[in-house]
Amino acid sequence: MNAWSGTILRVNLTSGAISREATNRRDAALFLGARGLGVKILTDEVDAKVDPLSPENKLIFAPGPFTGTFAPSAGRYHVVTKSPLTGGIAGANSGGSFGADLHYAGYDALILEGKAAKPVYLWIRDDKVEIRDASHLWGKWVPDTTDALRQETDEDAKVACIGPAGEKLVLFAAIMNEMHRAAGRGGVGAVMGSKNLKAVAVVGTNGIRVADPKAFEAAVLKGRAQVAANPVGGTGLGTWGTDVLVNILNQIGSLPTRNFHDGYFPTADKVGGESLKAQILVRPKGCFSCVIHCGRVIKVTNPKYAGEGEGPEYEAAWCMGPDCGIDNLDAIAKANMLCNEIGMDSITMGATVACAMDLYEAGLISKEDVDGLDLHWGNAETMVKLTKMTGLREGLGNKLALGSYRFASLYGHPEYAMTVKKQEMPAYDPRGVQGIGLEYATCNRGGCHVKGYTISVEVLGQEPKMDPRVIQGKPAIVKIFQDLTAAVDAAGGCIFGTFGMGGDDYATMLSALTGVPYTAETLLQVGERIWNLERLFNLHAGFTSKDDTLPERLYKSPIQTGPAKGMISHVPEMLPEYYRLRGWDENGVPTEKRLEELQLADQLVGA
Amino acid sequence: MAKVLMIHPDKCIGCRNCSLACSFVHEGQFRPAAARVHVYSWEREGFSVPMMCQQCDTASCVKVCPTGAMHRDGATLVEYTKAKCIGCRMCTIACPFGNAVYDGVTGSILKCDTCGGDPACVRFCPVHALEYVDDSISTRSRKKAFASKFKEAFQEA
Repeated sequence: MNAWSGTILRVNLTSGAISREATNRRDAALFLGARGLGVKILTDEVDAKVDPLSPENKLIFAPGPFTGTFAPSAGRYHVVTKSPLTGGIAGANSGGSFGADLHYAGYDALILEGKAAKPVYLWIRDDKVEIRDASHLWGKWVPDTTDALRQETDEDAKVACIGPAGEKLVLFAAIMNEMHRAAGRGGVGAVMGSKNLKAVAVVGTNGIRVADPKAFEAAVLKGRAQVAANPVGGTGLGTWGTDVLVNILNQIGSLPTRNFHDGYFPTADKVGGESLKAQILVRPKGCFSCVIHCGRVIKVTNPKYAGEGEGPEYEAAWCMGPDCGIDNLDAIAKANMLCNEIGMDSITMGATVACAMDLYEAGLISKEDVDGLDLHWGNAETMVKLTKMTGLREGLGNKLALGSYRFASLYGHPEYAMTVKKQEMPAYDPRGVQGIGLEYATCNRGGCHVKGYTISVEVLGQEPKMDPRVIQGKPAIVKIFQDLTAAVDAAGGCIFGTFGMGGDDYATMLSALTGVPYTAETLLQVGERIWNLERLFNLHAGFTSKDDTLPERLYKSPIQTGPAKGMISHVPEMLPEYYRLRGWDENGVPTEKRLEELQLADQLVGA
Repeated sequence: MAKVLMIHPDKCIGCRNCSLACSFVHEGQFRPAAARVHVYSWEREGFSVPMMCQQCDTASCVKVCPTGAMHRDGATLVEYTKAKCIGCRMCTIACPFGNAVYDGVTGSILKCDTCGGDPACVRFCPVHALEYVDDSISTRSRKKAFASKFKEAFQEA
């Protein structure tokens, strides 16, 4: 097969059985790979009602057809499983080189089932696959685990592993590869920990074939030129990192501040990408096949927060910064490095600290509840301490490890959790940017921006430019972004590639690579198919249209200061049109007609 | 004038587009294991260095080759002729940089041939960490960067 390796690897950790099966060609054409193929496999094989941390849940790693080629910024793999944080579908992708090596080793997907009796790791060198003892690695942090595994396997091995957070089932634990890259959201690391699987180490030496090499090279060169010419993809992200967004969002008053009490933070510049570049940046870094290089290699010399590592990207700088009332970049960088080293999603981590600070400021939790720490807004030292305590589940950290929704619920105030479907919302205030609010409310993996990044047109000036404050036209653009993103994810692409490349460009590259003809339209249909299948999984898991909503605070408490002062979110007014455009009924359930159009008629209808 | 492939590790972002382009051009598929350029990354430090044949004037690989498969005739290139190669791999042992590699899949030695004067790695490097320049000016950018530090120091003084 061109582009696809043609084989799926299945490892049952309970029995130790290792088996291979052919990649279903129809599934590959309809779902591409990565997120698409992962979702297809999960919905086929896992009951949506299983306990996410039980052996019945499965953990799927999948590269896409682009992964391992020089398609611009498209070397990603996706982790798909049922999320212990949301109880719905989890899909988290990551860059670096791990996905490419998994693809070179010959696999379109790796399915992990059951639960090992004791800690193990998986060692893959092309067609040689071994389950090995990992007792000596249990408890080790991510960098030490990675180094140790390279000594035991191959010095060039690509390692995806969990740290203590995954082992201890922190509900938002991440899977880390090559030390600093994270499949971050939804607690995929906790699922890995629940299976006693410490790591997957892989070396792949096979090749990926191309259907039409000349056409592929031409399409890739065109795409690269467009990204290079784009002000965001070609200049902004590479020069300042994603953290460049701090000042941009603050300038329009939509930088969520102090757990979404406000949308404007006067000293935001101190934690923005320009400050990061001036103060702690060593050099930029790119993922596999990247042409953008938003990654930040950093060094913090301030003895209080000293360290070397990567980040923070925008989301971490925000949630560990302005969302906690903090403007100390060194402290944010330190907490972010701790997240990478212990293996946690930085967004949920920072936002959970912000929630705890909010409850503390409101007098709803006492000093005794919080181990005598000072949780007032702006206390950077406390934020860093809590990050480490959470990853290791020590003291108050043991409760924060549940995420903000469950933490706030412990004290009877879930309304203090700034979550959708129990996952923390990211760094764009949906009161000042209306479209992204609809994305948060409807995203299949809970509060999330990257699966429908309307910020691109609402804030960053991409075409078609839209006014962030209005709701007109937003349901349609949210749907398009969600569908295109699902297709780009499924191909193995980084969503930042869309700063320069559109549906036509991806379709041309994919057609030349795979030999399967795609157009922008059929590619969007691939995305819509994936989106609907994820939706069906969530509906079977027990979600209803009532879950397609934002926290009350965003409807009732207007932004207090800054350019977006007085604004609230209007998600409920946009939702019916969104359902209509999706071909769903008024309860948000896909109609049989739409499922048939998407070739999903055999999938869960009426089940 | 002879040209050389110039490496700027300080600019390298570790993306491996060079290895991808190299294997694509030479092997017709994406197989970095068969690339003539490899990137080594130190993840803790976030540092990456691309490595490929330096086309040495006095090349060890040529000296040890018993059949003349590895040879240097013109001014710019150490060349490899597969038809003459007996697969003894002496060149891979002799190269002080490890830049001659034996590929078990194709049974050949992998080494940079500069793509006949238009290296794909250079074309696909997104940050100009690889350049193909006249050998007389190959170190000019580094000289200039260092000179500019002098300039700044003198201007401040």
